[in-house]
Amino acid sequence: MTTSRAEQPVARYDIAVLGAGPAGLSAAVAAAAQGSRTVLIDAGARPGGQYWRHRDGDDGARHHGWSQFRRLQRESAAHHLLDHRFGHSIWHVERTEEGFTTHTTCDDAPRALRSRTVIVATGAYDRQLPFPGWTIPGVFTAGAVQALLKGQGVPAGKRIAVAGTGPFLLPVATGLAEAGATVVGVFEAGLPTAFARHPLAALRSLPKLAEGAGYLSTLRKHRVPYRTRTTVIAAHGTDAVTGATVARLDDRWRIVPGSARQIDCDTVAVGYGFTPQTEIPLQLGCEMARDADGSLVARVDSRQRGTADGVYVAGEACGVGGSQLAVIEGELAGLHASYATNGSLVDRRRLTRLLRRRAAQRSFAAAMHQAYPVPDGWQSWLDEDTTVCRCEEVTAGTVRRAVSDLGATDPRAVKLYARPGMGLCQGRVCGYATACLVARANGRQPTADDLRGMAARPVAQPLTLGALAAGGDDNSL
Amino acid sequence: MTQSTSRPDVLVIGAGIVGAACAYYCTAVGLRVVVVDRGGIGGGTTSACEGNILVSDKEPGPELDLALLSSRLWQEIGEDLGRSAIEYEAKGGVVVAGSRETAEGLRQLTAGQRTTGVDAVDIGADELFELEPNVTREAAGGAFYAQDAQVQPTLAAAQLLRRARLRGATVHVGTGVTGFVRDRRGAVTGVRTDSADVPVLHARWVVNAAGTWAGQLSELAGAPVPVLPRKGFILVTEPLPRVVRHKVYTAEYVANVASGDAGLETSVVVEGTRAGTVLIGASRERVGFDRSMSLPVLRRLAAQAIGLFPFLADISLLRCYLGFRPYCPDHLPVIGPDPRAPGLLHACGHEGAGIGLAAATGRLLAQHLSGDKPDLDLTPFRPDRFEEATP
Repeated sequence: MTTSRAEQPVARYDIAVLGAGPAGLSAAVAAAAQGSRTVLIDAGARPGGQYWRHRDGDDGARHHGWSQFRRLQRESAAHHLLDHRFGHSIWHVERTEEGFTTHTTCDDAPRALRSRTVIVATGAYDRQLPFPGWTIPGVFTAGAVQALLKGQGVPAGKRIAVAGTGPFLLPVATGLAEAGATVVGVFEAGLPTAFARHPLAALRSLPKLAEGAGYLSTLRKHRVPYRTRTTVIAAHGTDAVTGATVARLDDRWRIVPGSARQIDCDTVAVGYGFTPQTEIPLQLGCEMARDADGSLVARVDSRQRGTADGVYVAGEACGVGGSQLAVIEGELAGLHASYATNGSLVDRRRLTRLLRRRAAQRSFAAAMHQAYPVPDGWQSWLDEDTTVCRCEEVTAGTVRRAVSDLGATDPRAVKLYARPGMGLCQGRVCGYATACLVARANGRQPTADDLRGMAARPVAQPLTLGALAAGGDDNSL
Repeated sequence: MTQSTSRPDVLVIGAGIVGAACAYYCTAVGLRVVVVDRGGIGGGTTSACEGNILVSDKEPGPELDLALLSSRLWQEIGEDLGRSAIEYEAKGGVVVAGSRETAEGLRQLTAGQRTTGVDAVDIGADELFELEPNVTREAAGGAFYAQDAQVQPTLAAAQLLRRARLRGATVHVGTGVTGFVRDRRGAVTGVRTDSADVPVLHARWVVNAAGTWAGQLSELAGAPVPVLPRKGFILVTEPLPRVVRHKVYTAEYVANVASGDAGLETSVVVEGTRAGTVLIGASRERVGFDRSMSLPVLRRLAAQAIGLFPFLADISLLRCYLGFRPYCPDHLPVIGPDPRAPGLLHACGHEGAGIGLAAATGRLLAQHLSGDKPDLDLTPFRPDRFEEATP
């Protein structure tokens, strides 16, 4: 296996950009324009990530920032220094003497790409909270419903309840209503009035607020009720959703007694914010932090550098903040990583402008996180036999008993005793909820270490043992 | 200062499987026990192994005697705590010989093992394929060991400590030992910790059950035992139906377990678990406490596992983990009182066999402390044997 240093081929790329969503596309385009040999890697068949997920021949009517996407896509496709690897699932990034080797599989064939630096732009996915019935077919994440609509043009059901918290519920509900589905209600668990306390953040982001107002007026047009301090606390049915229970919540998200009522629906779309994909920064030993929204994120400096040498992080992986922030962070990361590898200078005014826009977007994101908190009252919606980890069928009662009976003091111990997060999804779905349940059962708030205990995955994506054994290196191509 | 009336009899450092077994057996004979660990329960090497209780991989000698005693004790623990509570499974072990020569060497090993009480049956290729229908058809034969068993190691540690707590033991997690307290005559009478809740803990006896970190702790006590880390990776597949029925490994594994080589050794061990996942071990590297992933090691493990079970080539790897096995230069654990530091006892250095040997270790220490005659002579495991060995 070991080859002498002289035989090792030099890195083919200056920069490997991991993820082709808003942050990654922006980073790759900026890096290539600065003269860096760049490779853009994504598991999807085409660029865009989750945010700009689209179909062949998509006119972009359902998308925001579509012209921006088309520009980035054009520039990324045309640049001679920029290679693409679509359909490549990244399962491990290894630090080497010359930089990094990104290990992927493509149709289960192993591949390895060498680069001097990496820009992690792996994005985020829906954060899920368990509730009775959340595993019944017909309960989707808001993101999955959106992906189905954007990717296939199909609404997930006929009568759909949209529930959870955060501004993302609005475009999902609007998209469904416009596609002809009956949205029986948007149930926002929070009370998003905290914005009034952040006039500056609101002022800087007038376009975003206008966007929100536009959604609300569309919902009104389709006669979709929008209820705050209300959410779906249970879904009903056996093989399919036949209805749901909706209840009013207090400010800690405990159910207001007597407020529960049944609604008639065949689909429930739920979203409680987002969980950043942090496997790669964790593999590379980056310092992590618990962000304002309670998510585990990679710490970055003003140049988007993580704390591990040669690792840049842009977009949701260093803090959930939406596509506009991701594009700015991607550009910054691309420029700085280029300078670090080939010394190409950047116009100072451009950097200043980017930093100013980044600060504005980040304060908007912080205000959003404050306006849409997730207090731990959701834990009171769970019965003892409510599933928390669906892969391993671990219930809330089992998780709590691992603490009370077996003396577990952190989520990792509960994972080892009771197996939440040990199944096929490796805790991607239940990691946040398990960390919160265990912390509360120990009488404290979840910490970054708690979240890390459910988020560290040396194997970021499953691959066959045959592919692992074969190894692979496509630098010789 | 703690009053002598409330002073516990035994302070166990380490809440891994060995410390948990010490607490379990000591409380069973009426001793008052306190356990401290700088992490959580079973969070060190206990959480990074396969949970094996093996007699098959040991040659006749003191370690095999310990393993045979432990194998019996684990069955008793299973009855006491409930087999399902610790996921005890008497699955049996199958050793596969790849060639006629290896099969011949294996037959000599089993003959020796049988004289000490190991239930070892030599099997031909046909019997092997009956026991393990998915094993490679290139195998020449092997041996079957009915006594080989498995527990879920972290769960077992937590359940042993739970029982100990019910019998009056106290467990302080998140409490690291920073020094030892000695009286005027030099005897160890307690420890200092980094926790403001319990800055000093006194006890009649202090047990070093700190696993891979027991070497460092023994230095702190001024009674060094040479326990060093040996790094091992384990691969975990997606959940599968029952495709690997026993613990299956190649005959070369026995040679590797006993090896003193510093470099990387891998000899494949494959087994199914109750959760349906298949575990693939076991690499052994002496690289200190280096937590980095090593892809060449993972590749080799995967390739060897496929060699033993060809169907695994198409099975997905879900995750992998690594742990540090605490080994001594002579590959024997350290169990018993330390004459260099009266009041201090060791229960460490079990290498890759810590889960299996924990039960006997805890029982022997409890017997020693309560003044009973131990089931086994502790002489081969005495802590000061390494000083005698150096010229």
